Amino acid sequence: MIEIFTQISYVLAAALFIFSLHWMNDPKTARHGVFAGVGGMLLAIIATWAQPAIIVHHVWIVIAIALGFVVGVPLSRVPLTAVPQRTALSHAFGGLAAGLVGTAEFFLWLNEAPHNLTTFRMTAIIAEIVLGYLTFTGSLMAAGKLQGVKWIPQRPVTYPLQNVTNIGLLLLAIGLGIALILNPAQAWSSTAFLAIIVLALLFGVLLIIPIGGADMPTVISILNAYAGLSAVAMGFVLNNKLLIIAGALDGSSGLILSIIMCKAMNRSFVNVLFGAFGQVQAAQVTGEEKVYKAETAEGAAQLLEQANLVVIIPGYGMAVSQAQHKVRELYDQLKKRDITVKFAIHPVAGRMPGHMNVLLAEAEIPYTDLVEMDEMNTDMPQCDVALVIGANDVVNPAARYDKTSPIYGMPIIDADKAKTVFAIKRSKNTGFAGIENELYFSDKTWMLFGDAKTVVGELVKHLS
Amino acid sequence: MIEQIDYWPMIFVFMLSTFIGVGVIRRVSRLLHTPLMSITNAISAIAVVGSIIVTGSEHPTPIRILGAIALFSSMTNIVSGFLITDRMLKMFKTQGPKVKNK
Repeated sequence: MIEIFTQISYVLAAALFIFSLHWMNDPKTARHGVFAGVGGMLLAIIATWAQPAIIVHHVWIVIAIALGFVVGVPLSRVPLTAVPQRTALSHAFGGLAAGLVGTAEFFLWLNEAPHNLTTFRMTAIIAEIVLGYLTFTGSLMAAGKLQGVKWIPQRPVTYPLQNVTNIGLLLLAIGLGIALILNPAQAWSSTAFLAIIVLALLFGVLLIIPIGGADMPTVISILNAYAGLSAVAMGFVLNNKLLIIAGALDGSSGLILSIIMCKAMNRSFVNVLFGAFGQVQAAQVTGEEKVYKAETAEGAAQLLEQANLVVIIPGYGMAVSQAQHKVRELYDQLKKRDITVKFAIHPVAGRMPGHMNVLLAEAEIPYTDLVEMDEMNTDMPQCDVALVIGANDVVNPAARYDKTSPIYGMPIIDADKAKTVFAIKRSKNTGFAGIENELYFSDKTWMLFGDAKTVVGELVKHLS
Repeated sequence: MIEQIDYWPMIFVFMLSTFIGVGVIRRVSRLLHTPLMSITNAISAIAVVGSIIVTGSEHPTPIRILGAIALFSSMTNIVSGFLITDRMLKMFKTQGPKVKNK
């Protein structure tokens, strides 16, 4: 009887999860998605817990769930600029949970019923712990890099034979895994198992060390896929189809986001994971000294006032200086003058997929004015003023034709097609990829040097 | 006695749900990719099911400790994942408070 109740709940939960993601296709229905997700999750938890034959210890469950709330609630209140870190951290938790459950199940069966460690199950367990633990440390590293933790280097770290070391480690782990799958219950089994865990933990760290901040959107997406796949593997181990479905949904989401991110940077997975972006380009020699044309906020404000269509191109610099609320004031000022204002959002702007949209939505800018890159580019020739706020590589025209440029082939927002370009930039340093941006030296470009928030604030002051 | 598990149905379930996932997620608005990631994160914390079984069953204490840590991690993801997704989604509006937008 209870078994039937459990299975019905699992079926319903799976359906609710699919609806939950389906409703995310439109901002209007998206919040239903959250309710469906919560409903599915509650059903699954209650159905699992209410199995008197299996669950006999309740105190620990209550304590663990309570602690989950204690940590989870503050984690959901972080500022939106910190959402990438939070997301990475939750991938880490997901990976850890999968790894620990896999470990527990292995030792349980090894000690009590080694004949249950069938080839299929062992394969699933090995996949679960390798994916789980490497996601755990990899995501912790990514979260650390995003948060700017001091002892984790921000810039990519490379050393000789890096890729050989990494791949060697992974092959060693896989080799040990295969040996275990073929002989699950030997005297050396638990040692080999622990060795695989250590290798997976180490591999996660080494995988993320050479990756720089500009690649974080891709890396976070890949780690998302890994976390999902480790949940799938757990489903195979526990013979639980709900886990497989939910894990597969998460995995495919990570996969699709990774593909979108890679396309938006014109790079492959392999290149992101083993390419150490940002390091290679730093060695590039810059040619003759070029001259920027600087403009004052007052002059820029005058030009903005006369425009019909203003396109604002935000980048990570806007997030860093928390300028989104000032940008909103600028938006209001321009709207008051009946100027059309659009935001052109590059898919990799920010530190995770969709990051810019969330920041601008927080500043209460209507999402109907947030426009995707491709859609915006068709209108760029009509644009009177393009205002680049803390973005760099995503507006570099060199991506279109300069085959020697590391960002060659990357789709960009055609800011250079606008009649006038204002670029707000903190310093004269090059962007994340370490490349000179020729847009800044163009005849129609004027630079506004300074912190994004201060400069936008001054623009607002001159307009009001 | 060896527990016999028919694993082929599981592999079919995995294959089909991956297709459903890809089909559904491709349609998700690009505006919402950050909330999408946080909600899939919460959903994949369905690992909570496995953790509850490991923690609550009649197992040796060290095994149950592993389960309890896993349960705590999953629960953290569920709570923070759903809460932050909702918090972000609430911000997506078609109209700002002051400005008339057509």
